[in-house]
Amino acid sequence: MVPRAVFHGTLFLYILLKILIDRTAKKRYTDNRKRKSGVTVLKYDVVVIGGGVTGCSIARELSRYQLKTCLLEKTEDVCSGTSKANSAIVHAGYDAATGSQMARFNVEGNRLMGELSKELDFDFIRNGSLVLCFDEADRPGLDALLERGKANGVPDLQILSGDEARALEPNLSDEVVAALYAPTGGIVCPFGLTIAMAENAADNGVEFRFLTEVQNITRDGEGWRIDTNQGPVTARYVVNAAGVYADVMHNFVSEQKFTIVPRKGDYCLLDKEAGGLVSRTIFQLPGKMGKGVLVTPTVHGNLLMGPTATDLPDKEATATTAEELSDVQTKAQRSVKNLPLRAVITSFSGLRAHEEHHDFILGECPDAPGFFDAAAIESPGLSSAPAIGAYIAGLVADKAGAAQKSDWNGTRKGIVRPGPLPKEQRAALIKENPAYGSIVCRCEGVSEGEIVDAITRTLGARSLDGIKRRVRQGMGRCQAGFCTPRTMEILSRETGIPMEKICKNAPGSEMLTGEK
Amino acid sequence: MQQHDIVIVGGGPAGLAAAVAARKAGVQDILILERDGHLGGILNQCIHNGFGLHTFKEELTGPEYAARFIEQAMAENIPCKLNTMVMDISPDKVVTAMNREDGLFEIKARAVVLCMGCRERPRGALNIPGYRPAGIYSAGTAQRLMNIEGFSVGKEVVILGSGNIGLIMARRMTLEGAKVKVVAELMPYSGGLKRNIVQCLDDYGIPLKLSHTVVKIDGKERVTGITLAQVGPDRKPIPGTEEYYRCDTLLLSVGLLPENELTREAGIAMNRVTGGPDVSDSLETSLPGVFACGNVLHVHDLVDYVSEEAALAGRNAAAYVQAGERAAANPVPLTAKDGVRYTVPQTLDTANMNDKVVVRFRVGDVYKDRYVSVYFDGERVLHRKKNVLAPGEMEQVVLTRQQVEKYPELRQITVCTEVE
Repeated sequence: MVPRAVFHGTLFLYILLKILIDRTAKKRYTDNRKRKSGVTVLKYDVVVIGGGVTGCSIARELSRYQLKTCLLEKTEDVCSGTSKANSAIVHAGYDAATGSQMARFNVEGNRLMGELSKELDFDFIRNGSLVLCFDEADRPGLDALLERGKANGVPDLQILSGDEARALEPNLSDEVVAALYAPTGGIVCPFGLTIAMAENAADNGVEFRFLTEVQNITRDGEGWRIDTNQGPVTARYVVNAAGVYADVMHNFVSEQKFTIVPRKGDYCLLDKEAGGLVSRTIFQLPGKMGKGVLVTPTVHGNLLMGPTATDLPDKEATATTAEELSDVQTKAQRSVKNLPLRAVITSFSGLRAHEEHHDFILGECPDAPGFFDAAAIESPGLSSAPAIGAYIAGLVADKAGAAQKSDWNGTRKGIVRPGPLPKEQRAALIKENPAYGSIVCRCEGVSEGEIVDAITRTLGARSLDGIKRRVRQGMGRCQAGFCTPRTMEILSRETGIPMEKICKNAPGSEMLTGEK
Repeated sequence: MQQHDIVIVGGGPAGLAAAVAARKAGVQDILILERDGHLGGILNQCIHNGFGLHTFKEELTGPEYAARFIEQAMAENIPCKLNTMVMDISPDKVVTAMNREDGLFEIKARAVVLCMGCRERPRGALNIPGYRPAGIYSAGTAQRLMNIEGFSVGKEVVILGSGNIGLIMARRMTLEGAKVKVVAELMPYSGGLKRNIVQCLDDYGIPLKLSHTVVKIDGKERVTGITLAQVGPDRKPIPGTEEYYRCDTLLLSVGLLPENELTREAGIAMNRVTGGPDVSDSLETSLPGVFACGNVLHVHDLVDYVSEEAALAGRNAAAYVQAGERAAANPVPLTAKDGVRYTVPQTLDTANMNDKVVVRFRVGDVYKDRYVSVYFDGERVLHRKKNVLAPGEMEQVVLTRQQVEKYPELRQITVCTEVE
């Protein structure tokens, strides 16, 4: 028998020792942190704020340089704000005013997108686009668009008659009297693009910090101190790609204030049975019926229609409204005949980061040297992202005098998709990894192997929405009815997150309210 | 390539009954392909009782009802492949399937019975506006998480739609300690069985609000509340009737859709009203040798009728294998009219029909004291008074060979409702 006092003494010593060991381990873990006035501060050369398509593109371009770069994202994953809810269009570039940043970066982004989609293995189709004119009286508007497109440097534009347009797209409305055809217009997977750029940036050394919300930015010597909900961070340079919050970030450091007004757009997504109704992206010429909505196939074979445009004061107000959804449907029917509206499988809304001057705010902030804005990125922001990324990263690298890395690898392989493979190849893949033979999401034919890949790869998914955006689990016609429980189990198994803590997206979106 | 006489796609109640009946009719070489890890389908998560009153003359739970058929299939030594997804059925009846063990494989089938069941209509199909937070479940998904996985999916619940799964879940969640605040139904009548409204709502004091719908969902991360509004005869919300309910969960029970992806891709003729394939009285689809039964054919209320229908499909698949293809000698179309939304089957081969053919149908509205009538061309051959007809309750009439033989020139069979 061990005397009680001795036992207690041993236990006390053990606990003390354990605490000390744990603290030492923690200290080792945070070896890149430096104690400063009592708080741990993370130090970087560059901090990019925002993990949307713009921030991720900038991060990837910055990863070319010998710079210690970190991207801060307030949610649990990249591509979870405006970048996840938009038209998924790569605009040709005839829309924006000639000479504007929008025009320049759109045309350049469009030009870069094809090559980038091969380097980074994401879905992009140059399907061409048509702007429809329904009234002879609006013809001058269409001609003006053509001229502007030419001035912006958009190649191969031409005006078609109504019949010529219908010959290309037999389901176009009989009302169409003319159309502007832009063969360079395209469609892209916005999740695929953003996630690919983020993964490639991370593979090339950029650190990603999620659930990290920037609360203040102040001068810190030559550089910046960024206060976050996870503690302070310092950086020589800050890039503001905070989307609808870009004004908040900018206004922390600059006296030349601006305001981002979230401009909400509602969309309806139709089942793949309707995906073939049109093969090009169909816009409407702004006319007496208002701005109009687009109808487009998606790279995944669905049909998308939208958006509306409603200015809101709330930067999180992504709620659709009955009026707007109905408006989308009514307007879309004007472009395309026989739209099967009963085939709507989901609706959603996104917030454009609109600023009153309606142009991108790009570059170093004049009264805050070392602070770079990539702000007011509304449409054509997705199209422009590759070009904006290269431009901003170039500015930062020049300022920093940073050299390029010799071992930078700009290519990335996406998640293996067995579905579209020929039968023999698919069979071989299943033989190699049986998890590819186990279908979890029936509607989109997504296997367990793909879901595991989405979770375990670079910047792997930590939420159901993260998995969905990487492999399309739950994006089909049953909208995750069947596959939700199984996907939750796989996510829990692969990450060790208990089932009752599995979230749809950010913390607070737990799927379950109680354990077993 | 493997070959089998009959391949049954789906091992739920329809697939099991079809397999057992086909075996009893003398076909040895049968294979069931099931995507889940167990036979029995959705019955496994239906742990409430009320199954089997017609088939077994007793009240069973879903798993018990399934077990009866699984035992029969086991006794008949009918092979099945579990965790196996059918990817494709070709017009020449090559079934492509996939699982972990066998990888991707093909089976040449002489006959196929489609038993894929149905799925739930999702939120998107209703265009319910608002945010897209966690806590919005189709009733069946919630049922699976609760009854199979053993988790709680919500504490304060609003249910939209009075389909049977929603009604059953109202009771189930109440029993598990959740507060079910209200069940809202867009239509002026319930889509579920009367007995479920009594046993699952009335007995627990859960209000059912007819002609109501969800007009807003609040909550950015998890549902925090929903707004209901009354709808007018045009099913559009009436301004000023909004009522807010605080809740963390919205369950949807707003309709079931037959799962016919494989059927459509095989080029089989589909029916717009049922969402299932068009079938003859032998439950054969437009592709000879391919039969359909259960919820993939049309959504049923009672599993007993699924089993009965599936047994017929199984016997006919067996006959097809044994006797070979037999073109319909005299297919007479059945037409649904005046309040009857559809019939199954859609054609009746008067030359080769069984002694009795059950014609199942649903009405499009609630009718009191109406007649169900059947016309052979212009002549009324059946006229039966019903106290209540409701869309939530499947109806049937039985046509006999004896009756049909009296009309050798028959061109058209019409099933309708009549006021008198």
